[in-house]
Amino acid sequence: MSETTLPETAAVSIRQLSKSFDGVEVLRDVNLEVAKGEVVTILGSSGSGKSTLLRCINWLEQPDRGSIHIAGQRIGVDDAGRPMPVKTLARVRARTGMVFQSFNLWPHLNVLHNVTEAPIHVLGKSKREAEEHARALLEKVGMSHKADAYPNTLSGGQKQRVAIARALAMQPEVMLFDEPTSALDPELVGEVLAVIKDLSAEGYTMVIVTHEMAFARAVSDQVVFLEKGLIIERADPETFFTNASTERVRKFLERES
Amino acid sequence: MTNWQILWDARDQFWSGFLSTMEIFGLSISAAFLIGCVMLFMLEGTRPRLALPLRIFIDGMRMLPFLMLAYVLYYGLPTFGIRLNAWWAGVGALAVYHGCYFAEIFRGSRLTFPPGQIEAAKAHGFTKGKMFLRLILPQIVMQTRPLIGNQLIYALKDTAFLVIITVRELTAAANNLSGTYFIPTEAFIVVIGFYWAVSIVMEIIIKQCGRFSAKRGFDHV
Repeated sequence: MSETTLPETAAVSIRQLSKSFDGVEVLRDVNLEVAKGEVVTILGSSGSGKSTLLRCINWLEQPDRGSIHIAGQRIGVDDAGRPMPVKTLARVRARTGMVFQSFNLWPHLNVLHNVTEAPIHVLGKSKREAEEHARALLEKVGMSHKADAYPNTLSGGQKQRVAIARALAMQPEVMLFDEPTSALDPELVGEVLAVIKDLSAEGYTMVIVTHEMAFARAVSDQVVFLEKGLIIERADPETFFTNASTERVRKFLERES
Repeated sequence: MTNWQILWDARDQFWSGFLSTMEIFGLSISAAFLIGCVMLFMLEGTRPRLALPLRIFIDGMRMLPFLMLAYVLYYGLPTFGIRLNAWWAGVGALAVYHGCYFAEIFRGSRLTFPPGQIEAAKAHGFTKGKMFLRLILPQIVMQTRPLIGNQLIYALKDTAFLVIITVRELTAAANNLSGTYFIPTEAFIVVIGFYWAVSIVMEIIIKQCGRFSAKRGFDHV
């Protein structure tokens, strides 16, 4: 492969990323390194560009400028700056796992098959191997008792835990969470956050967009704050939540708490 | 001898006409279903150079009386040096015509397909073909099940038109007998019974299939 390789440690490396929608700049020269095993949360008010940033990482949004590498491999464009062939893009995407706000499970497949679908049909794993792995992951997220259920019979929190298992089944370099609890009833938020916390303890690399401040504080190694497409603050969680350097972040935290 | 007795004695003709109709129907509706799926796939994504002519073709077919298409294939094509026998012209016409209807039914459902599911598929490394076959198409088929059932009945009824291009099917058998013995009422009542019976069986099967999709939350049976 001719793609530029970066130091082994960076699971995700974002360089000078810019993106606009209809002339409105939503990301401006964003730089972000996510080391292997690191948990980065992205905070910011709505419209600050945080979801867009996350969605650029697996090319669900195409940035206008800049580059993104997943474990050393560039996503979206080849070295000459041409769009990647779709098959290559799919292969790079498969190295990331994404969890969506609205779960997006495939309703015609039961829980087990939601988890095995991509490993079998994208990664080419055997059915037996994929199912074994899937059952272990469902156990991990506390959903093994629902392996045969269809998504329409699950609660939001259960759906999201299945979606997490589905993403983990790809054995991704990085897990991307796009407001994973925003669509949940308040009493269901906890079970999903608990699963994500467990993953961080197990050393998974994660990038999380969230509005749950206490959770962000507990789980992160690095917190970044986006404002109008710019990262205006980045710090370890203690510093971020107790001693932020920008007035804007201090105000934001006051309002959120 | 009563009229009904005449028909009973000629039951072999009805039976072979019925088998012929079922053969034509089975083959053409399977082909139509496949054509519908292929057209749906060709309409996926943004390929205006393919999508526009295809949409025009689909609409053109839908707005055409079926009989005209059968006429054109059977009587018209020989002008261009393509000579189909009546049977193949009939099967071909049914397959293409109802294939376009299927495509339109599927397209309507595709328009409301949740984009989030597509994003999830992309995020999990699916490419277009597999995404379509494994995730989109099965759901579209479940979603449109009642419309598919309806279309099956339309297609069955359209097989009767093929008598006009000399295909020897069920209606042709009735036509024949009613002409020979001049008992149109009874002969056609028998044939109506056949069409009804097949339609009812199909309705029941399609309804039963609804349980499969209801379990997945697609509809309520």
